[in-house]
Amino acid sequence: MSTTTTVERGTQTMQWTKKDLLGLRELSTEEIRLILQTAESFREISLRPIKKVPALRGKTVVNLFFEPSTRTRTSFELAAKRLSADIVNITPQSSSLSKGETVLDTVRNLEALKIDILVIRHAAAGVPHLIARQANAAVINAGDGAHEHPTQALLDLFTIQEKKGRIEGLNVSIIGDIMHSRVARSNIWGLTKLGAHVTVCAPPTLMPPQIDQLGVRVTYALDEAIRGADILMLLRIQHERQETMLVPSLREFRLRYGLTRERLAIAKPDVLIMHPGPVNRGVEMDSSVADGPFSVILDQVTNGLAVRMAALYLVSGAHKTDEEEPAT
Amino acid sequence: MEPTAVTKFQEKAKVLDAQAIHRSLVRIAHEILERNKGTEALALVGIRTRGAILSQRLAKELEAIDHRPVQVGVLDITLYRDDLSRIAPNPIVHATDIFFDIADLHLILVDDVLFTGRTIRAALNAISDLGRPKTIQLAVLVDRGHRELPIRADYVGKNIPTHVREHIEVRLNELDEKEEVVIEEPVSASEKR
Repeated sequence: MSTTTTVERGTQTMQWTKKDLLGLRELSTEEIRLILQTAESFREISLRPIKKVPALRGKTVVNLFFEPSTRTRTSFELAAKRLSADIVNITPQSSSLSKGETVLDTVRNLEALKIDILVIRHAAAGVPHLIARQANAAVINAGDGAHEHPTQALLDLFTIQEKKGRIEGLNVSIIGDIMHSRVARSNIWGLTKLGAHVTVCAPPTLMPPQIDQLGVRVTYALDEAIRGADILMLLRIQHERQETMLVPSLREFRLRYGLTRERLAIAKPDVLIMHPGPVNRGVEMDSSVADGPFSVILDQVTNGLAVRMAALYLVSGAHKTDEEEPAT
Repeated sequence: MEPTAVTKFQEKAKVLDAQAIHRSLVRIAHEILERNKGTEALALVGIRTRGAILSQRLAKELEAIDHRPVQVGVLDITLYRDDLSRIAPNPIVHATDIFFDIADLHLILVDDVLFTGRTIRAALNAISDLGRPKTIQLAVLVDRGHRELPIRADYVGKNIPTHVREHIEVRLNELDEKEEVVIEEPVSASEKR
């Protein structure tokens, strides 16, 4: 290293200083851009014959998932492995949590094992935030209740940027179960900060009250959300989160809010269709749409890996384990 | 390298001007051709940021002499640094752009200044993760000494003996709107000793 300067002329001077990545609400526009820019640099690693770099060698990452997850957990696991970190997966069924241990005790025990980064998913909003305040380890929120899912929104932003070349000024419609969706909330924060116009569309029973205060347009008619939109972001109907049936039946939901090829006739010719997965085929969208030419669903999955590598890299550098000062 | 943030530096001497930089690159181009007997199976890889610029220029010189296009790639060594766990926050990562197969090529690694050798160590590891070139050779504009690893350059623009605490500033038109290499010394260096 001929110099120790980390910022080069002609590039952003912004640096990542946060210990945790908890949500897009508390991120500045510059911080969001820095993550996207870092992810761009990481994307190429997964195209190499040897898909591994030594950046996080010797760091330990723990996937602490209190809710079932395949794609997010696998994505974080592969991201950590491609950065040469060691990763451990903990699920409630296999842990002492099923024996009555509290979440914080679990985290304290993990910290006693000298871990560096905790990736947390929990059914209750705010759990990652609570843990982040208590833990020295960096915390990445992998979804908390219906609150936030920052890496999903970041990979959505990254995919939009990649396909459209910009985010500012685009019309993005988020359609489906807005009420239970942390993906929707994180995306609303991220998209509006980067200058997109966001419309949310859902049956009245699945639309949170006063959602318009987040700076979005609200509609209950699917056609209105489709017309003029550059991006259609569909959400999964979350049957597991519906304590009472908020829609009469999935069939009726499909009839009113399902994206079919016929409905797409009024969409812009270069519309992009996104979905955080897993897709309920024949409910939110038909197979012909999910597998159709406008769908970028699998690109989202690919980009998720680069975004999570960026997130792990950035939080791992923001705090050093030998630091004495408490985290902010 | 700890005190860089606080210490101020002032120019001590200009060691290369625009013409001297150009002459060095032309000579290195000839040396590369002489040693590799042409540009067949040859590729250049520049280390970000100024090494990448120099590799582009070197490729032009090679093409002017040998009349054959030379492949050029850009290497970002950030993720291979040996001090990642010691510096906070983590430095910004830029992309590596080597979109050709490096297997069985003669790779010329290009950087602006050869100092401790740690950047080159990182670059060698990064390259070996990308494939297995036939040879890796190193071209630098300036060798300032003070190696901390057993590494040497095959092609050197100029050897400049320096004090460890001095800086070598390479300024290139593409990035700095200036074309020169200067030695900088810490302001009031005498007091600190």
